[in-house]
Parts: sequence; C-alpha cells; structure tokens
Amino acid sequence: MTDLTRLTIAEAREKLRAREISSSELTGAFLDAIETANPHLNAYVKVTPEKAREMAKASDERLAKGEGGELEGIPLGIKDLFATEGVHTQACSHILDRFEPRYESTVTANLWADGAVMLGKLNMDEFAMGSSNETSYYGQVVNPWKKEGSNQALVPGGSSGGSAAAVAARLCMGATATDTGGSIRQPAAFTGTVGIKPTYGRCSRWGTVAFASSLDQAGPIAHTVRDSAILLKSMASVDPKDTTSVDRPVPNYEDAIGRSVKGLKIGIPSEYRVEGMPAAIDELWQRGIEWLKDAGAEIVELSLPHTKYALPAYYIVAPAEASSNLARYDGVRYGLRESGKDIIDMYENTRAAGFGDEVKRRVLIGTYVLSAGYYDAYYLKAQKVRTLIKRDFDIAWADGVDAILTPTTPDAAFAPGEITDPVTMYLNDVFTVTVNMAGLPGISVPAGLSESGLPLGLQLIGKPFEEETLFQLGQVIEDAAGRFQPQEWWAS
Amino acid sequence: MSVDIDTVKRVARLARIKVSDQEAERMTGELNGILQFVEQLGEVDISGVEPMTSVVEQTMKKRQDKVTDGNKAGDIVANAPVSEDNFFVVPKVVE
Repeated sequence: MTDLTRLTIAEAREKLRAREISSSELTGAFLDAIETANPHLNAYVKVTPEKAREMAKASDERLAKGEGGELEGIPLGIKDLFATEGVHTQACSHILDRFEPRYESTVTANLWADGAVMLGKLNMDEFAMGSSNETSYYGQVVNPWKKEGSNQALVPGGSSGGSAAAVAARLCMGATATDTGGSIRQPAAFTGTVGIKPTYGRCSRWGTVAFASSLDQAGPIAHTVRDSAILLKSMASVDPKDTTSVDRPVPNYEDAIGRSVKGLKIGIPSEYRVEGMPAAIDELWQRGIEWLKDAGAEIVELSLPHTKYALPAYYIVAPAEASSNLARYDGVRYGLRESGKDIIDMYENTRAAGFGDEVKRRVLIGTYVLSAGYYDAYYLKAQKVRTLIKRDFDIAWADGVDAILTPTTPDAAFAPGEITDPVTMYLNDVFTVTVNMAGLPGISVPAGLSESGLPLGLQLIGKPFEEETLFQLGQVIEDAAGRFQPQEWWAS
Repeated sequence: MSVDIDTVKRVARLARIKVSDQEAERMTGELNGILQFVEQLGEVDISGVEPMTSVVEQTMKKRQDKVTDGNKAGDIVANAPVSEDNFFVVPKVVE
C-alpha cells in the first residue's frame, strides 16, 4: 500500500471522507515508509508509532460516524521546536535532554483539534539556528535529492531541514516548521516542496521554543500550494496566550486557489539581482515572470533599496533576542545539568556542555551587542535599519504592488561541510530574511531544476495578512512548473 | 569595532558559558568575522528614524489581572534535573 504515501492532503481528505481508505491504513503506510527511509535520511528524531496508530483509530471512528475535522486522519510530522505533551521536545539541542513538556503548543493543539495524526518529531538545526541542519545535536539530515549522476549526500537546508526532507521523501503528508530568517522557505526550495511563512502574528508562538521572538513564525511545509493552504488554515488562530497573536479571523485560504491573478501587480526588485548568482536562478526568475504575465498579471520593476542591510541587521537583532531567550537554559528547571563547584559554575558548565558551537556564537554576539556601551551602536541601530527595510515594502504596497516575486535562495542545495565560514552560511538567507525583518508573509514554490538536477524555488512576498494572494499566485507557478519528485534511492 | 580574546572571555562570563582559552581564541576570530559583516550598517543614514518596536501595527492586548491557571507544581518541576517536595534543587547559594 505504499501508493498511499503518494497522495496529497487534498486527495487523501476526499478518500478518507468517502471511506475509500482509512486513516489507520494511511498512517501505517507512512510508518512503514519512515522505517525504511529514516535510517538513511535522519529526518525524524523521534517516531511515535503507538500515538500515531491510536490517533488514526480515533479518526477512523469519527469518520465512520460522518464526523471529523478539516484534517481528520491526515498524518503529519512536527518540528522538534513545538511543545508536544509528553513527547520529545528538545529543539534538537543537548541542553533540553529528556524534556517532555506537560503542555501542548497552540499550533499543534489546533492541528489535533482538526483531527490530524502525529507521526513523530522532526530534526532541525539546534534552536532553529542554521541553514543546513548541520547544527542539530541529533546529526545531519540527508536531502532526499541528489545531483544527477552523483551519490554525494546534500543538505536539506535549515533550520526546518527535517520537515522539508520528510515531506519530500513522503514520510508525512505535511509538516509543521518555523521561520525566523528563512527556515521554512530555504529548506522548501532545497527539497522541491512548498513552504509558507505567514505574516508575523498569524500563528501563535505559544509553546514554540523561542529563538528570536520578534521574528519567529510557524508555518507549514507541504507537497502542493493547496496542501499548504489547508495546513495553514488549521495552524493559524487568534490566541489569548500570545500577545503578539493578531485579532483577525483566519480566512479559508483554500478558497484563494484557482482564483484569477489577472490584473494583479507583481513587483520585481532590482536589488535581488546579486552578483555571481548562477544563471539557472536568473533563468528561473525570468520564467516565473513569464508565467505570471501569461496568467494576466502585470509586471513592474521596483526598488527595495535597503535589501542589502537586512542580513547584517538580522545578525544583530536575532542573536540579541536569542541571548535573552536562551538565558532560561541553566540546568535548574529542565534538561541537562552539569555539576560545578558552586551555582555559577554549574550554570557555566551546563551551558558549555549543552549548547553547540553555532548557538554559543549567537548567544555571545547577542550578549555583546546588548552589553553596556554597545547597545546604541548595534541593537538600536539595527532596529532603526529594520524600520527602513519595512518602509521599502510599505512604499511598494502604496504604489499598488500586490506581491513581489524573487528567487528563494541564491543557489541550490550544497554538500555537508562545504560551507564552514559562519557568514557565508548566513548568506543563504539573503533573499528570505527581509521578509522576517518586515513581518511579511512569504511562500516558496518549487519552480524548476538546476543544471545538475536539484530543485529550485521562487519566492512570493505579500502584504501583511494577504496570504491568500500568495496562494493564488503560487498556484499559477505550480501549474506552470509542475511538481518535483526525488528518486527514492533509499528504498532500493 | 572588533573584540579581543579578553572581551570574548568577559562576554562568555556574562552569558554564563564556560570557554577554554583555545575556544575563546577560535571564537574571537569568528565573532570578529560577524562583527565585520554587520559593520556595513554604518553606511545607512538613520537620522530621524524611529527604531522598530513591532512589525504589526497593533495596540498591545491587555487582559484582566486575574488567575487563570495554577495548582500544577508537580507539572512544573516534572522536568527538573533535581527537585524535592515541588522545589527546584540547586547547589548551595548562601553559606
């Protein structure tokens, strides 16, 4: 029954409702697929088969009575950043060893309330800090994609590398992910999947391990634009437990799919044409422009002059917030404790043993830029630059632009160990990070293959809370580009 | 601006992360790489610009000041490395 893993969420939903298949069969097919593939891909850090079968059985009972929510019986993977009651939640860090929360994050609670089934927890960069999934305490994730004629392993991107790899390899129907600087969109682009980061405030951050609170947003990774719309509808909510959750009803995003894009004004920012960008990325971008034009959209050139400052400003704001958020890991309330001669020694030993190198780097940078005498020169300045970055977009919207089209990443997936310089690694997020800095929604849709046969994505950036426009436009790209599947080399 | 090894050690102390001399030396180079990268912000004219406080225009939500949750001391200490009678246990702080 391995064919069941080939269904989209939209297709499975119909078959489940029509009782053509059961959630138990569907869930079983995914558990089998995980057993075969996970030793090769390392996408899951914890599989929860009993819980999955139990939830699937309950879904089948509801479906038999003609009841059930929007996601009834749909098996999903959950990024290790989301608190799941009684289940491994460690942000893939050593410092959260054995942490099993006594509560459920709002995002996952919403999914279960709609009937979804949990398959397990997905690998990620430690505390979501990374662009390759190489910083996970649980080891690298292997990208299901390989270059044509090559056996070399590639990274799936990060930080939601496990989520993207699990979806691409059909080890779940869809996955939760989070995006602070590009952590949904970059891995989606590297794996040929669809990923959307909604507007800041659309999904509750309650119960999601915090990295940089003013930038973090949850969103889905899925096979199709429609599936990502179905998942976001369920994940998003108005939550009194998160003061930054915005009081706006969640629209039925799926309604936007198939709507005409005729007359929509699409901006093409000249600042995204960076030096040394591979020809394949530029060609892909041109093709995207043609596809949208053919569908009736109007294309306009525009300028976002502060684009190049988004990444340096991000590397002040994000580490500053991280250094503050990660102060809670001290060996007292949860996770790892390393003994010391006194309490401070215990803190220092615990944090030295518990955090990986990238996390330490960011905590130190953050502590430095917030320390006495440096606050104005770094943090305050970065927050002012952030105002200017957002203003660039505000001007575009005021000029009547409906959405902006860019490449998602400056290149295709790379090999583990290929990028060792931290700043070079950060440049992976050069096209995605502006969106977080301005709090806007952004979707990455697979749009083609590189010269060596690796997936590449196009990014659409929207106005605040206009995710529907992104789904509408994303569908046009998906229809034109088709869908992309890796060879299942792990199954042979 | 750049940092020297003593600054890195001082910051690590502030952040409560123990670093060996060797680590501090390696990190000095890495942190200077990052600081050099963010230096380009110096080119931006920020005169008269307000710092960003919220990306979404929304007035801060308020709630009534009343208890909505509680009586779960057991849950709160459940994940503690060491606890006793619903207290977190730490090395002795005062003599």
